[in-house]
Amino acid sequence: MPLPSASMNIFNVAGSAMAAQSQRMNVTASNLANAESVAGPDGQPYRAKQVVFEVAGNGGQDIGGVKVAGVIEDSAPAKMVFDPRNPHANPDGYVAMPNVNVVEEMTNMISASRSYQANVEVLNTAKTLMVKTLTIGQ
Amino acid sequence: MLQGLDDYFATRMAALGLRAQRSETLASNIANADTPNYKARDFDFASRLTQAVEQGRQSQSFALATTSSRHLAGEAKSMPDQDLLYRVPSQSSIDGNTVEMDAERINFADNALRYESNLTVINAKIKSLLSAVQQ
Repeated sequence: MPLPSASMNIFNVAGSAMAAQSQRMNVTASNLANAESVAGPDGQPYRAKQVVFEVAGNGGQDIGGVKVAGVIEDSAPAKMVFDPRNPHANPDGYVAMPNVNVVEEMTNMISASRSYQANVEVLNTAKTLMVKTLTIGQ
Repeated sequence: MLQGLDDYFATRMAALGLRAQRSETLASNIANADTPNYKARDFDFASRLTQAVEQGRQSQSFALATTSSRHLAGEAKSMPDQDLLYRVPSQSSIDGNTVEMDAERINFADNALRYESNLTVINAKIKSLLSAVQQ
């Protein structure tokens, strides 16, 4: 009888995906909030961050949950905007703005929220089935 | 009698276990819908069920080693091996991911419904056993 292995529990799989997607949403929120932040704590313009997803397979398995392998900084060049009155403007009158692509971030947000929803649905279905399994023979 | 009871439920139990396993595989596909280079996996339910039932019938695959004739003969049914197949995507994606969310969700819902119908049949079998006992 194939018993569900403890390492690949459906609740763990869907839960890890929800955690990963919510982290992605957090990063998107940070990017959107700082789309106009000309200077961060280090005096440099904000750089867009992106999460990298990876399969959290148990012992080299190629199926399993999701984990966030890391948060990388977008390497796209900063947007240069002509604004000579800005105190951060360079001698030519250009200000380095964050490299956040607002359209990309919005689509990222929608994708993350849809994926999150799908995983919630999986979780709910699994929960209903487990409850029904517990009432066998009653 | 107990052996008979076991046989009475064997196929349904194997099917239930396989359904649970398949729902885990499909949940993994849905969870990794945004993971680059993830390949969607699934298995052929019918052949796996036949395999599981066959293995259940000839359960001499794992026997407990005994050193005395008075030891109990322990027998364990072996698990069907993990032969997961790859799903062929109808549309390829740029990041090498082969999960198609609609197909996976349909499969998951279908699998959940079949799991539930299995539960219903098991419940009905238990009820009919009970009514036979109470006669």
